Amino acid sequence: MIRRNRAPRYSAAALLWRGARNDSWPRVWRDPALKKSYDVVVVGGGVHGLATAYYLAANHGIKNVAVLDKAYLGSGGSGRNTAIVRSNYLTPEGVAFYDRSLDLYNTMSADLNLNVMFSERGHLTLAHTDSAVRTMRWRAEVNKLQNIDSSVIGPDEIKKIAPSLDTSPNTRYPILAALYHPPGGTIRHDAVVWAYARAADAYGVDMHQKTEVVDVVCEGGDGPDGKGPGAKVTGVRTSKGDISTPVVINCTAGWASLIAAMAGIQLPITTHPLQAAVTEPVKVFLPTVVVSGSLHVYVSQTDRGELVFGASVDPFATYDMRGTLDFTEELAGHVLELMPAVSQMRLLRQWAGLCDITPDYSPVMGFTPVEGFLCDVGWGTYGFKAGPVSGEQMAKCVADQATPDLISPFALSRFDDGVLVGEKGAAAVGH
Amino acid sequence: MLLVPCPHCGPRNSADMSYRGEASSRPDPASTTPAQWRDYLYMEHNPAGWLRENWYCSSGCRRFFTVERHTVTSEFREPPLPGSKTALPLSKTAEAGAGTDQQGGEK
Repeated sequence: MIRRNRAPRYSAAALLWRGARNDSWPRVWRDPALKKSYDVVVVGGGVHGLATAYYLAANHGIKNVAVLDKAYLGSGGSGRNTAIVRSNYLTPEGVAFYDRSLDLYNTMSADLNLNVMFSERGHLTLAHTDSAVRTMRWRAEVNKLQNIDSSVIGPDEIKKIAPSLDTSPNTRYPILAALYHPPGGTIRHDAVVWAYARAADAYGVDMHQKTEVVDVVCEGGDGPDGKGPGAKVTGVRTSKGDISTPVVINCTAGWASLIAAMAGIQLPITTHPLQAAVTEPVKVFLPTVVVSGSLHVYVSQTDRGELVFGASVDPFATYDMRGTLDFTEELAGHVLELMPAVSQMRLLRQWAGLCDITPDYSPVMGFTPVEGFLCDVGWGTYGFKAGPVSGEQMAKCVADQATPDLISPFALSRFDDGVLVGEKGAAAVGH
Repeated sequence: MLLVPCPHCGPRNSADMSYRGEASSRPDPASTTPAQWRDYLYMEHNPAGWLRENWYCSSGCRRFFTVERHTVTSEFREPPLPGSKTALPLSKTAEAGAGTDQQGGEK
């Protein structure tokens, strides 16, 4: 599917050939000099930004594209999430959107010729209260209507799928039921970043790492420096020089409000850190992804055997990504309620990533009141699983100069119109 | 963990508090435009720097207060008094007695 001008194809034969000759592997993507002008500049070199650049080149032939990142590719949310994918959302708009993403993840290893280690291991969302059971039933029905494999199961079936869970009625929050979603699973998130970067590079997309955007240059707007609603983008200023471009796509997480402010746009976003943690590796005992909204925890076991945990975002807005003891204590307590058997396991490390939370827990995608300034932001705690479809649809948006149907519910203008897409019931606990 | 300086209870763990978001003033519903109302309801400044915000001391004095916090370094400072341009250091809190005012309006 990809025409490759530089990167050699990865295959068993290539591995054998290079191994036998003791060859070194060439650099996977170039480190080009900053050009004076690009057709499209993507701000943010994570899954969303790289996928957008890749689909612009692959699906629409727009190859004079730059991806700018102030650190290295995949250094933000793309490398910090817990790598869970699923499509069992609550609203019809959300379900259709995330299901397309799952389709793209399913064929990604073959399409992009890099093993992203997609493990379709199933996804359990536990319900501990009557109201949670009701939401699970609601989600299951919305999902079934759109042909998503999703159903509500009882404690006995849960025990069969994940024997390590304490499904007895004697716990503080007994497990009453679960939403079971077999197509959900985990992916190696770094490999997804590398796959898109390598494929985009093969099309001639320039990726500039350690290149920070310091300003977005606009003209004709109502605000200071010609910015704000009604303005038109003419370029960006970066730490490595100025670029002229008619289109800037804001694909950042954590810094979305700050980049948008450079174009005079205000977003309905507050930034919160989401903490996650990982244990030492043990033998495989947890075959699925387990999520509990009531206990604020989600857990999966990696291929190496480590348990990866995450929780909900910190309860106040901050850009400070320091880990807290509050988080570790609460997490450990909740995990032990679910799986008493892991009490002797040791936590190896914890980290945090920044999440841009919107009022309705849905993203902000597409055009803004500034011409040429597009947003793919507000991804809260669910950005990783939406990466491929976001890139595909944002590329289509730029190429067609029209908002595709799949992302039209997520436009910034929904806050003017009062048509919010409430996903809190399916996305409030990050996973 | 964040130690939030409640003007009545002193520094307390943020877990004892309820975060009530950016302090902003509520426009008059009688004369506001839909765009202004939208901005008040949904839009955030979300700065990486000093942020004027409301907290509710839910496990302590149960009062609202406004402080300024640096969202990168997590430092706190007292918001400027009405009419003055500069922020006060937190040690002056008691004398200034400015912690309780709710001029921003809860959001």
